[in-house]
Amino acid sequence: MLSIFYFLSFLAILCALMVVVSKNPVHSVLYLILTFFAIAGHYVLLNAQFLAAVHVIVYAGAIMVLFLYVIMMLNLNAAVEPNKKSWLKIAATASGGLLMVVLVGIFRSAVTSGTGNPSQSQVGLVHNLGVALYRDFMRPFEVSSILFLAAMVGAVMLGKKEIH
Amino acid sequence: MPSLEEISKSVHDLLTTALPPVMALLTGFLIAGLLVIGLFTVLGLVLVFMERKVSAYMQIRVGPNRVGFKGTAQTLADTLKLVLKEGLTPSGSDKFLFNLAPFLVLITSMLLMAPIPFARNFQMWDLNIGVLYITAISSISVIGILMAGWSSNNKYSLLGAMRSGAQIVSYELSAGMAILTVVVLSGSLKISDIILSQQNGWWIFKGHIPVIISFVIFIIAVTAETNRAPFDMAEAESELTAGFHTEYSGMKFALFFLAEYVNIFIVCAIGAVLFLGGWMPFHIGSWGAFNRVMDYIPSSVWFMSKTFFLIFVIMWFRWTFPRLRIDQLLNLEWKYLLPISLFNLLLVTLVAIMGWYF
Repeated sequence: MLSIFYFLSFLAILCALMVVVSKNPVHSVLYLILTFFAIAGHYVLLNAQFLAAVHVIVYAGAIMVLFLYVIMMLNLNAAVEPNKKSWLKIAATASGGLLMVVLVGIFRSAVTSGTGNPSQSQVGLVHNLGVALYRDFMRPFEVSSILFLAAMVGAVMLGKKEIH
Repeated sequence: MPSLEEISKSVHDLLTTALPPVMALLTGFLIAGLLVIGLFTVLGLVLVFMERKVSAYMQIRVGPNRVGFKGTAQTLADTLKLVLKEGLTPSGSDKFLFNLAPFLVLITSMLLMAPIPFARNFQMWDLNIGVLYITAISSISVIGILMAGWSSNNKYSLLGAMRSGAQIVSYELSAGMAILTVVVLSGSLKISDIILSQQNGWWIFKGHIPVIISFVIFIIAVTAETNRAPFDMAEAESELTAGFHTEYSGMKFALFFLAEYVNIFIVCAIGAVLFLGGWMPFHIGSWGAFNRVMDYIPSSVWFMSKTFFLIFVIMWFRWTFPRLRIDQLLNLEWKYLLPISLFNLLLVTLVAIMGWYF
């Protein structure tokens, strides 16, 4: 179990690095898809099959396809990428590294709330998740879905050429 | 005649007694993998032949009738031709992605074979999120298609891949909604539970009009998802030569072709499981003798005949309806099918809560 965890983590971090490093935007998106698969694998290790499936449907299947779609439509490739100045690259690396230091600092002192073996956890199963969403957290769940609906309507309104 | 369930059980017992547990598991995987590859080959041969015969019948032609007995070896000869052809990789293409794409498309259809119940208790992997797993994996095949279209470095391929992406992402929604109606009624995502809930009647009969509506929507949506006419915008040959696989030749083209036909089989199998009861025999209320006769027909025959009936329906309207334009296609999904299926889902939820089904 632990070896699978290390393999998936290694894969996720490697692919995430390749997203940043690769010259071609299409390759970046494909590496990002691989990263999402590795994270879905982590969900499966935590016995949360529902979350894994939804993660693949939403991120790998829908959002990343839209990313790919837009990048292909704009026909971005390595040749048209503007040459960034070196101070910009150094500044970006430094700020990214600082963010990582902050995140590591936060999660080092965070309370690991899980009790017992995480691979035996029952939280991520469909039934328990449904109970949590529709009984315990009913109101926040509904409010957030209204927020999504509003965002969708807003996007359609912005996308319209003219409003009659 | 032993049923598939007994055969698989005896093979399993033989493996577990003869080999250590890990080796038994690995041998089981190997056998399952070989069976899937064998099924792929057989399905490819049978479905291509069936398509050509059905289309010939629709157009009052004879169809292939020279090679083998009444033309049955025609697809075998075609496959041999494709194997012997040279697989070209166009210059200026992204070579790695170009060669990876057909395998990605094929692997996604192989993964979809796992939860399909071919007969009573004869299923590779009955996982507890079966239906969601199918939706998740089938949404990945579009990545392979986009990859193929982009890496070919050809504008026809790119346009075909674009259309295919837009089409699959949008029709996935109504297919998902149609699947959800059955999930709401049967109260489980597990494939075996969904089939067992149809013991006293298939959902298309038990669920009244809402389920029939969602069945029709499901068939329309999966036809669009498998890129078949009248929704074959991805490879509309009069506009785009061959769409996303214009640059593919030889065996790499054959893999796309095979994946298309296997995908048809898979979506029809899922349709049969959800709406037509999977391997459940056809029963009528209290007709004891009739029901007993139906029980004598093996469950695998039931499953295969339902699946092939749905495949025939999909082939039927490939040769009946004219191709839609891309804007008509997207209008159909976003302005008609999606609102209808959303409303239908609410209706089915009401039916399920009130217990208005049989």
